[in-house]
Amino acid sequence: MAKALAAGDITSVALTQVHLDRITSVDTDVHAFLFVDTQGALAQAAAVDAKRAAGEKLSPLAGVPLALKDVMTQKNVPTTAGSKILEGWRPPYDSTVVTNLRANDIVILGKTNMDEFAMGSSTENSAYGPTHNPWDLTRIPGGSGGGSSAALAAFEAPLAIGTDTGGSIRQPAAVTGTVGVKPTYGAVSRFGLIAFSSSLDQAGPCARNVLDAALLHEAIAGYDARDSTSINAPVPQVVNAAKSGDVKGMKIGVVKELNGDGYQSGVRIRFEESLELLAKAGAEIVEVSAPNFEYALAAYYLIAPSECSSNLARFDAMRYGLRVGDGEGASAESVMNLTRKAGFGREVKRRIILGTYALSSGYYDAYYGSAQKVRTLITQDFDKAFQKCDVMVSPTCPTTAFKIGEKSNDPIAMYLNDIATIPVNMAGIGGMSLPAGLAPEDGLPVGFQIMAPAMADQRMYLVGAALEAALLTKWGAPLLSKIPELRGK
Amino acid sequence: MALTYDEVVAKYEPVLGLEVHVELNTESKMFCPCSTIFGAEPNTQTCPVCLALPGALPSVNEKAIESTIKIGLALNCSIAPFSRFARKNYFYPDMPKNFQISQYDEPICINGYVDVEIDTDEGPKVFRIEIERVHMEEDTGKSLHVGGATGRIHGAEYSLLDYNRAGIPLVEIVTKIVPGTGKYAPQVAKAYVGELRDILRSLDVSDVKMEQGSLRCDANVSLRLIGSQVLGTRSETKNVNSLRSVERAIRGEMIRHAELLNKGERVVQETRHFQEESGLTRSGRSKEAAEDYRYFPEPDLVPVAPDAAWIQTLRDGLPERASIHRKRLQEAWAVPDKEMAAMINADVLNLVEASVDLGADPTKARGWWLGEISRIANDKDLAISDLSITPSDVAQIVAFVNSGELTDKLARQVIEGVIAGEGTPAAVIAHRGIKVVNDDGALMAAIEKVCAEQPETAHKIRNGHLPAAGALIGAVMKETKGQADAARVRKLLLAHLGQAE
Repeated sequence: MAKALAAGDITSVALTQVHLDRITSVDTDVHAFLFVDTQGALAQAAAVDAKRAAGEKLSPLAGVPLALKDVMTQKNVPTTAGSKILEGWRPPYDSTVVTNLRANDIVILGKTNMDEFAMGSSTENSAYGPTHNPWDLTRIPGGSGGGSSAALAAFEAPLAIGTDTGGSIRQPAAVTGTVGVKPTYGAVSRFGLIAFSSSLDQAGPCARNVLDAALLHEAIAGYDARDSTSINAPVPQVVNAAKSGDVKGMKIGVVKELNGDGYQSGVRIRFEESLELLAKAGAEIVEVSAPNFEYALAAYYLIAPSECSSNLARFDAMRYGLRVGDGEGASAESVMNLTRKAGFGREVKRRIILGTYALSSGYYDAYYGSAQKVRTLITQDFDKAFQKCDVMVSPTCPTTAFKIGEKSNDPIAMYLNDIATIPVNMAGIGGMSLPAGLAPEDGLPVGFQIMAPAMADQRMYLVGAALEAALLTKWGAPLLSKIPELRGK
Repeated sequence: MALTYDEVVAKYEPVLGLEVHVELNTESKMFCPCSTIFGAEPNTQTCPVCLALPGALPSVNEKAIESTIKIGLALNCSIAPFSRFARKNYFYPDMPKNFQISQYDEPICINGYVDVEIDTDEGPKVFRIEIERVHMEEDTGKSLHVGGATGRIHGAEYSLLDYNRAGIPLVEIVTKIVPGTGKYAPQVAKAYVGELRDILRSLDVSDVKMEQGSLRCDANVSLRLIGSQVLGTRSETKNVNSLRSVERAIRGEMIRHAELLNKGERVVQETRHFQEESGLTRSGRSKEAAEDYRYFPEPDLVPVAPDAAWIQTLRDGLPERASIHRKRLQEAWAVPDKEMAAMINADVLNLVEASVDLGADPTKARGWWLGEISRIANDKDLAISDLSITPSDVAQIVAFVNSGELTDKLARQVIEGVIAGEGTPAAVIAHRGIKVVNDDGALMAAIEKVCAEQPETAHKIRNGHLPAAGALIGAVMKETKGQADAARVRKLLLAHLGQAE
């Protein structure tokens, strides 16, 4: 698309309109979007076309449309984070990601659905109803960023932004046959990202192929003084890596603990097949061990709820968002209570309660304190493993997409979905998921995860591009060409 | 039965703990670029960060860290090579995030001290106040509770919130417990806060205006029987808005505690609010059940790890220590100890110094600040710093007196005018038509008139009874509306009546 735009074969306005039409046609089935900014997108597209006509030098993705996860603030555009408590709120400021997208003239189509405050693995926790997986509308599109991944798979947008706290970019990418990257923590500014768990949250690119993801990665990444945790160093050359795809001599470490029991057979088959392809491409496959990964999930479910219990305290009905129970004689305290009771969903409440408890005096050391120690151990596992290999790999998730409603009453089963993705967040390193094919038993997409050391995100793109190229040769066409046609309107 | 202070200190030993909050004078807030200017329209100095809009993140004001390190160094603290911010979680409408970013178990400055000197029965004595920690945090917004009797949230009809103050950088200076001050506890506390204020002022890190809240003191007081090693239950008095109040509040609390203890009752661990009018404290929030703030390291901010070389640069740049500075002034001005103490006590030392810096004679400047200006402040029940007269005004008045354009008596009128808001001394002089009558002709006319009116007195003087001159001089001064130079009048009067000095 970018090439066609650059060559003048199509205008950004036309390209944007095509996607808006597609959204109108299929989104009643998919429900990837919470808000479609038709006017804003067309205006932005027209501005890009004008710049191009004036001969201005434009960024590689200028004029290409994008779907933005509804957890990112965009000035004057409704931003809900999938929660009732923010219904109708229009932020007075742009997140840094949006500022960067605008600077690259990437056209923002609208805001995509997500689990409330990014808490979930299926997008079923959205206060605005679930998103459906375009591969099978009865199944989940992953979560929390199910709206973004479904929009890509349903051809409603060629690019999307996700955020990943425990796998919310990678798991949706895996179950929708798309590419999703969680960069090194601090690579992309969190300013304007509505916080779930500050020390784990990281925004990243979602696309249909590795090179698009790399182009988007370079567009949004970079130091931001407004985010004290952002990395003050040059962005790794991920586009060059994605164009090269040369893995000769690279050592690829298979994580012993993220395989075997609990992983669906089709997932394992596709994973093994991918390893063979990488070996053929010249990489050396080695086995690495990460003994502390088994504690990652438990530790994650202490750290993330602890931080969210504090991060979500600001939703108190005083300055913005929902307000319930206001009126003659109502106290601030009762309005706060009633608003939070009505505005937060079950999963959010569950985690706030969990986190409040874990941080309480007398329990802090046993819970939050121990979880931080586990976090250090996990980081050390990665450090040790990366002495033996350049990247580590695993299946992105244990299974393919499950049915909507299948796990919504079993939080633990739901949480287990992220078992392979969470260690990456705990260590603050980079992780990518790309399609490895369809599981033979259910015909649904399987994700292949690549993990690279902190600030070496380019390695994921090297390996991802190599695998993608090998699979494309094998399949003869991109995986998404096999997606069932959506009937639409 | 009401106890006297002497009875209290004969039986009990007070133990103090002082927490001082200082608003830094940085141009921008602690974690966002908003302005910190005091007194702006409500909610005009806010942004997504200090309003805690979803998605907004804090970023640390480097200048605030620098100021805090300077404070730590000036208070003889060690500066932690690594310190962290923490979240203090609790819900309150004037705190937008519903947590305060503070420092908890890893403060930036630890283990310092301040020496204060006070007059005791045995002469001047130095007390060392040990500092436990100096840490950074952000201020909350301000609530204005409307309706209801107490001006507090309970019982109010509605509340207004102003977030201009939310996020203003605060430094909290916490002492270790201070035993061993005995009956001097209130004076030591007052001297400590005064010393802190002088140090902070010399560092130029804060406006240190207690009445505007840029310097706030919470005074913890407990009593124990003399000789006991066990600490008593403390109360924490807030809202102490002047040096004088520090002294009064502690004294009042000591008496209140002693009365309870003598009756066999217990002191409740609580915060109390100081009442400026009565000098008493009123019960506030109970602290019996310790509130759980669920502190944890602030994940949005990286740790503070100041470079050793930077710390050394700041150390090298510290101004003269306040106590040394005072000694130097005292020598330069040749002021007796008692007068020096009077200036410190009346809180005019820096005003005198500023007037001297602008050219005023130290003795004259001191005279005006300690005399006429202090008197007016007392009459109005205001702090001297609240009066609108400045060191520059005083320097100008001293200059007018020196040049003979004002007499001391006229100068008092000018001071009154300046304080009444009539403008600069020159403006007051012009506006009120104040001028020294130097015209001997005009004076002679007045003298002749007065002598004619009081012939008997004039007669006495003619006969050599000079003490009677006072009455006629007074009458002449009255006649000239105080604008004459009394010495000149006396000379002319005596000459007129054929007498010599």
